[in-house]
Amino acid sequence: MVAPAHRPIPGGPRSAASGGLSPGPAVKVEGFTRRFGQVVVLDGLDLEIARGEFVALLGRSGSGKTTLLRALAGLDSAEGQAVRTPAARAVVFQEPRLLPWKRVWRNVMLGLHTADAKYRAGASLAEVGLEQRADVWPATLSGGEAQRVALARALVREPQLLLLDEPFASLDALTRLKMHELVLALWRRHAPTVLIVTHDVDEAITLADRVLVLDGGRIAAEEQITLPRPREVDATFQAVRRRLLGHLGVDGHEPKAELVPFPAREIVS
Amino acid sequence: MALVDTIRFPATFSGVRWSRIGRRWISPLVLLALWEVGSRTGVIPPRVLAAPSSVAVTFWGMVQSGELATNLAVSFGRVAAGLVIGVIAGSVLALIAGLSRLGEDAVDPPIQMLRTLPVLALSPLFIVWFGIDETPKVALIALAVTFPVYLNLFSGIRSVDPKLVEAARSFGVTGLELIRQVILPGALPSFLLGIRFALAVAVLVLVVAEQINAQAGLGYLINNARDFLRTDIIVVCLVIYAFLGLGADALVRAVETRALAWRPTFLKR
Repeated sequence: MVAPAHRPIPGGPRSAASGGLSPGPAVKVEGFTRRFGQVVVLDGLDLEIARGEFVALLGRSGSGKTTLLRALAGLDSAEGQAVRTPAARAVVFQEPRLLPWKRVWRNVMLGLHTADAKYRAGASLAEVGLEQRADVWPATLSGGEAQRVALARALVREPQLLLLDEPFASLDALTRLKMHELVLALWRRHAPTVLIVTHDVDEAITLADRVLVLDGGRIAAEEQITLPRPREVDATFQAVRRRLLGHLGVDGHEPKAELVPFPAREIVS
Repeated sequence: MALVDTIRFPATFSGVRWSRIGRRWISPLVLLALWEVGSRTGVIPPRVLAAPSSVAVTFWGMVQSGELATNLAVSFGRVAAGLVIGVIAGSVLALIAGLSRLGEDAVDPPIQMLRTLPVLALSPLFIVWFGIDETPKVALIALAVTFPVYLNLFSGIRSVDPKLVEAARSFGVTGLELIRQVILPGALPSFLLGIRFALAVAVLVLVVAEQINAQAGLGYLINNARDFLRTDIIVVCLVIYAFLGLGADALVRAVETRALAWRPTFLKR
């Protein structure tokens, strides 16, 4: 199941962002390098994500997961580099990052100027089950609710590429399970290409079609997850988890799931 | 402490709270009574300090003759004019310095140097420049108000959470829209704090400015009363100064409760 880390990608158009109608993969990155001073965080990274694919990106702290996501989001300059993404992209950050001085629905329609923006914001909030909370201040929301609003704010833009930067890391385990179901439901309905950055191996296996491991500035390994959804922690799941933990350098022991009564999960950070 | 009690036990301890508030009024009232007794028995001669009762009678007389209203209106006009000019000047300078590095380098150094000057020390220069009528009084107040408004708004603009700015940018909010929707609302709490300082300093400078050859106003009343040893009138004016300060503070609080309704501190109420 372990595919070769670096697949040769034929040279594509070298524009930072292109329209969604062009053929080929949704995301295509070739030889992407990013330095911070002397430190090379990403070193000639190649990445291709198919349209509508759900990809999870794992990696240790400081491995450059977020740097890659920011480059794909256009938050970090990728000038002169071969990074191609759809023009319509939206990010959900680790913190909800709602503007506290705007009511929830105004946060959702932030930056939208169409006549039906308000209607769409309402519809988007309904999709994440928060239409009742549309008119409250963000400070009154729980952590899970705030992150659902952030998800609605991303979805209302009908992104072709949805970027999730450890969006559930600060939520409690139960809320996180509900968020997983919600994200999968929304993904099925809207069919965006999704890249989720996480350091939770179980989360990656539960959600994604394909799990990538970022190490040494490149995609060091990847796992195709063929388990049917919703995914149970069965033997195959555990085998995948073992292999991924191996790639992450957490070798030499069985998954600790048996020791943790609930929730059964492994966090690598 | 009383506040903590009421928040935690609003019903059970309300009796305690009221008796506590009542108790806190006892010592001021006792002092007032001692003052009255001292005046009546001749221990405190009227030329040193008028009795509370005669202050009250004088106050009522000044209200009825319209003397108080006229002079109060003059003083109020000076504060208002100085505040308007100073708040506008301080805000414009803070926007220039806060929103661009070039602006900061141009505006901030001279203001940081000027603000170390005690504004009141400039009054002789202002008399030379502007004469002795209304202009130097308003100019002194305006100058004194400019600094707290500038300093607080500038730091408010600069301390807007960069994560919120980044999130807004990722949703296509840039330029003027970013300033209007994100930066200015984010700086509003600091701005209002600056306004509160500005109101306090405006009343303070008013007192001194009105000693400059005033023909009307509270300061004129005090100067006049001093010449005739009318300590009762002086005390009436002092009390009014105190209420001016209190009123100004209450005004800003009222604005804050409305404009900052989104803040968690206000939401709890």
